[in-house]
Amino acid sequence: MSTMIRLQNITKVYQMGEEQVHALRGVSVEIQRNEYVAIMGPSGSGKSTLMNIIGCLDTPTAGLYELNGTNVSEMNDNDLAKVRNKEIGFVFQTFNLLARSDVLHNVELPLIYGGVSSHERKRQAKESIARVGLTDRSHHKPNELSGGQRQRVAIARALVTRPSILLADEPTGNLDSKTGEEIMGLFDILHQEGNTIILVTHEEDIAAHAHRAIRIRDGHIERDELVTNRRVIQQAVHLSA
Amino acid sequence: MVVQFLDLKEGLLIAFGAIRANKMRSILTALGIFIGILSVTLMGTAIEGLDRAFNKSISAIGADVLYVQKWPWGGGQDWWKIRNRKDIRIEHARAIERSADLVNGVSPIIGTARNVKFGRKVMENAIIVGTDEEFTTTSNVNVTLGRFMTNLEVSGGRPICVLGSEIAEGLFPSETPLGKTIKVGGYPYRVVGVLEKQGSFLGLQSLDNRVYVPINRFFKEFRSFRGGIEVWVKAASIELVPEAKEEIRGIMRKARGLSPKAEDDFAINQQEILVQTFNSFGVMIAGFGLFITGLSLFVGGIGIMNIMFVSVTERTREIGIRMAIGAPRRTILAQFLIEAGALSLIGGVIGVAIAFPLTLVIDQVLPTAMPLNIVFIALLVSVAVGVISGFLPAYRASRLDPVEALRYE
Repeated sequence: MSTMIRLQNITKVYQMGEEQVHALRGVSVEIQRNEYVAIMGPSGSGKSTLMNIIGCLDTPTAGLYELNGTNVSEMNDNDLAKVRNKEIGFVFQTFNLLARSDVLHNVELPLIYGGVSSHERKRQAKESIARVGLTDRSHHKPNELSGGQRQRVAIARALVTRPSILLADEPTGNLDSKTGEEIMGLFDILHQEGNTIILVTHEEDIAAHAHRAIRIRDGHIERDELVTNRRVIQQAVHLSA
Repeated sequence: MVVQFLDLKEGLLIAFGAIRANKMRSILTALGIFIGILSVTLMGTAIEGLDRAFNKSISAIGADVLYVQKWPWGGGQDWWKIRNRKDIRIEHARAIERSADLVNGVSPIIGTARNVKFGRKVMENAIIVGTDEEFTTTSNVNVTLGRFMTNLEVSGGRPICVLGSEIAEGLFPSETPLGKTIKVGGYPYRVVGVLEKQGSFLGLQSLDNRVYVPINRFFKEFRSFRGGIEVWVKAASIELVPEAKEEIRGIMRKARGLSPKAEDDFAINQQEILVQTFNSFGVMIAGFGLFITGLSLFVGGIGIMNIMFVSVTERTREIGIRMAIGAPRRTILAQFLIEAGALSLIGGVIGVAIAFPLTLVIDQVLPTAMPLNIVFIALLVSVAVGVISGFLPAYRASRLDPVEALRYE
């Protein structure tokens, strides 16, 4: 296994008026390729900040972050945008689809910013939509889809650039438990296909899908352990070819 | 290069999507630009029309005529020096007539203002012009009634006159003026002809408010003031104007006895100079007019800026999403600039589309035509106004923090 993410002594300090808020106080962690990691912690623990830094949406105040062998902790905005585009697939709690665009265009979007030609873009987007089983919904707008379907569109969008890591922030938070199970089943399959998945959640049930759970509290890693009783859903999502 | 093109295409798609999603708001914003472009376009067209009217007026006098005068047109030279020049005299006209080969006609011109009477009717301060029989050639004017003065009448200084149309109408509203004797500044003159109506020159001075008399007679009866004459010379053809000018210059210098090194102490004016003067004046008028109408465009631009700020705020989350999946800041900037430009262009297109039929209406009063370049410039200006107005909001959008933007509700 090769190291996908290496965080060394990462700190993040926010200036809130007069006060300095230490969101992360020296976090060091390594995540290997094809790991399935859950980042857990109560709100205010710093797990969102950690996720933003891992997702290259934010940069650490101090410390080293190597993603896939590249030091990203000192990159400028433009290069970070490129890294997000190529290396990271985001899946959000609130789906974050573009409301006015249909499924195909939503999934195409990262490829548009990646400068992929129109023809190739369409092909890859359709492939990605097929992987989440939504081919027959390609020309629907997000508001014509159910919550589960929207989250699958978001996953298709995250996968379309073949990113190094899938970064999912409470992906089932806005879904009922049955639909949530479906989505987690999809993540299980994506993991079996070789993807590296980082899951941010506060639900033990959801975290139980991962191999490894990293618990954050007050800006520190409190515990970092393997998940003993893993739940794997094998057949919950029907995937078309 | 490919990325830039994708930016533009994607940007246009997003822009029209956003515009469609907020129809009413977009229409109202575009309305501001529409009014601005409409007024600027109409102003531009009116200026163009004025220009044409001027050129038409000026070529009616004849672009092939040279005016030998003491004062150069357009000024710009030493006033006192010119003031002290010797007057142009009738002998100079005769010298040009005798020696010039490249000319079609030469007429001396002198004028003064007098009251003209017939019976109890009076035309006050009519312009009395002393000239000779070649005047019809040099001034391009036609006689509608009777005839112009003859060579014999000029050389004999006969008391006959030819009336401008306004004088003829004023003194003879219901009878023919031919053969009637009128009083010009107290002296009797017999009317032998009436000139066709020439209209006023750009509305400044009527050319019809005139009485033409033989120049020799004029000298006898109206020469109470000092001052010289001027000589109008029609070149043999329009192409020969520059050569004719040189020829006349030589004749004049010889007649004036100037040494080879001395400067000309006379001016040979031609319309070109007047055109230049008008143009520099016209640029001022045009500049002022466009500035005033440009203000409405400015207000339209502020409208765009305003609505773009609203749009950026509303779409903060969308911006966050785009950034999260890899849109660089400059792409976000470009997206909103394109949107502002497109919004403004819509206003511009409607403005031009409505200005076009309106110019056809204005055409009834002032001969105008909307030139293609004004259409093109108007559209370009509308895009530019949009992009400039949209810059600040777009810049703000591009500087958003993706984390904050994603959290925005």
